Amino acid sequence: MISALTGFYDSLGSTGQFALWSFVKIAIVFGVVMTMVAYAVLAERKISAFIQDRQGPNRVSLPLIGSIPVLGPFLTRLGIWQPLADGVKSFLKEDFTPDYVRKAYYWIAPAITFIPALLAIAIIPFGSNLNTQKMVIADLDIGILFTFGVVSLGVYGIVLAGYSANSKYPFLGSIRSSAQMISYEIAMGMSVVPIFLVVGKLNLGEIVSYQAQHGWFIFPPFAQEQTLLSYLVWPFALLSFFIFMVSAFAETNRLPFDLPESETELVAGYNTEYSSMKFALFFMGEYAAIIAGCGLMVTLFLGGWSLPWIADQPATTIGMGIAHILIFLTKTVMLLVLFIWVRWMFPRFRYDQLMNLGWKRFIPMALANVLIVAVILMLVYRPPVVVGP
Amino acid sequence: MIVQRKKLSLLERLYLPALAGGFKVTWRHFANTLFKGHTAGKELSGGYYPEKKWVVGEGYRGAPYLVRDPEGRTKCVSCQLCEFVCPPKAIKITPPGPQGSPEVGNVEKAPQEFEINMLRCIFCGFCQEVCPEEAIFLQNDYSLNAESREELIYNKEKLLSLGGVHQDKIWKWKNK
Repeated sequence: MISALTGFYDSLGSTGQFALWSFVKIAIVFGVVMTMVAYAVLAERKISAFIQDRQGPNRVSLPLIGSIPVLGPFLTRLGIWQPLADGVKSFLKEDFTPDYVRKAYYWIAPAITFIPALLAIAIIPFGSNLNTQKMVIADLDIGILFTFGVVSLGVYGIVLAGYSANSKYPFLGSIRSSAQMISYEIAMGMSVVPIFLVVGKLNLGEIVSYQAQHGWFIFPPFAQEQTLLSYLVWPFALLSFFIFMVSAFAETNRLPFDLPESETELVAGYNTEYSSMKFALFFMGEYAAIIAGCGLMVTLFLGGWSLPWIADQPATTIGMGIAHILIFLTKTVMLLVLFIWVRWMFPRFRYDQLMNLGWKRFIPMALANVLIVAVILMLVYRPPVVVGP
Repeated sequence: MIVQRKKLSLLERLYLPALAGGFKVTWRHFANTLFKGHTAGKELSGGYYPEKKWVVGEGYRGAPYLVRDPEGRTKCVSCQLCEFVCPPKAIKITPPGPQGSPEVGNVEKAPQEFEINMLRCIFCGFCQEVCPEEAIFLQNDYSLNAESREELIYNKEKLLSLGGVHQDKIWKWKNK
């Protein structure tokens, strides 16, 4: 049996093996991301409940596990089965399509918002190595350019949703959303340029290995290799991180920038006319985009899978490989909690404040940041002065 | 009125004091709820709904039920005003017809059947308001549950038993 399997594996050839492993990685990553989406929603509900003196979901119980003496009630109180109930509900709910919508766009819009979020995850290195496999689905050399290209497609889904709904609130929501996402895309894109100037490569895997060696961009003191450069760049990397994070809030339509969906003014914004699975796709797309954004931040600024002193070399054993994946996931989850917490801490920005912040503050700041880091690099790596003829 | 805007300092314009203050408040509530179990529901009413039932106040308008008078007569006389006024058309009355109901004789047209579909009823109270005989009242029940839609169509018998006796000041049939 096993020899037959290895025989089959060998017969695939290198291209076939690559395809097989890619497929396996896609399946696993998709499963993990969807689970994270479900539990991010639960975390959101629990954290919001605690902040607002409520208890959050604490009723759903499973027949057998629920009757285990202490554990069952504890898990129920924790709301651990709530995502299951939510999932079943959104599948079984009536999928109502209003008469006046533009059907083709109406159908395609949820998919267009959902797919880019998942595509962005494809290039994030979520670990170093496991056996001989690199822990990234697509090891692209253009890395971050691909992300920005794909993530900005997400806005089309929202624009189409607002347009196809053929009613005023979704339309207003989608207009706001397109303006917001387009303006923050620029600041976001420029905020990461300093990182690439320092590393010299666009490949996200290379950026993580650079950070494993020279220290995380937002905190270099623990680095293996102490260089003057990493300290000179430190404040500007922090600024980059800050701009990137705030833009990520705007890009993923999270509060304080959730103008496309502002419930108090626009009913529910672009997804007002959606129900059942189509609404669920929007919802999952939003959370998948947050997870992708957190993953990107971890990769670009927080050293990806690396942890100073303990795990800063690419893994050679399987145990270390799994540890790297867990380190990456832990960092991502911590950022996720930050994203959720901010939603319940800040009121929504006004639309003109949002545009002011984007165009008048962040874009000039990001540009200056690029310039200063370029000058620092020029001074540090200055070519030897040739004297005389 | 023109609202005077306070001139904000640089620190305030950076949202930093707001950030610190917001985190302080949210963390206080988060920690109090998570570690000490202080929730608004427990503090204010000692628990949450299914375990701790809500006690309705005086004059609450819950589900409408039929009432009897102190002599045990059905007060309803099948005038069907409530049926016609009912905005969601939840009430359906079957009048007794020319023979009348045997237990009351031919003096009052007590309904043969009186049905309220509680799934349609919106507890608006128009039926109570329009009733010339004071035969239907919105009472205290607010949570009506059943396993099928049919179970929530309450018939005359059920409505009368749930409604109880109305302690009327006028004993209409006593001194006739």
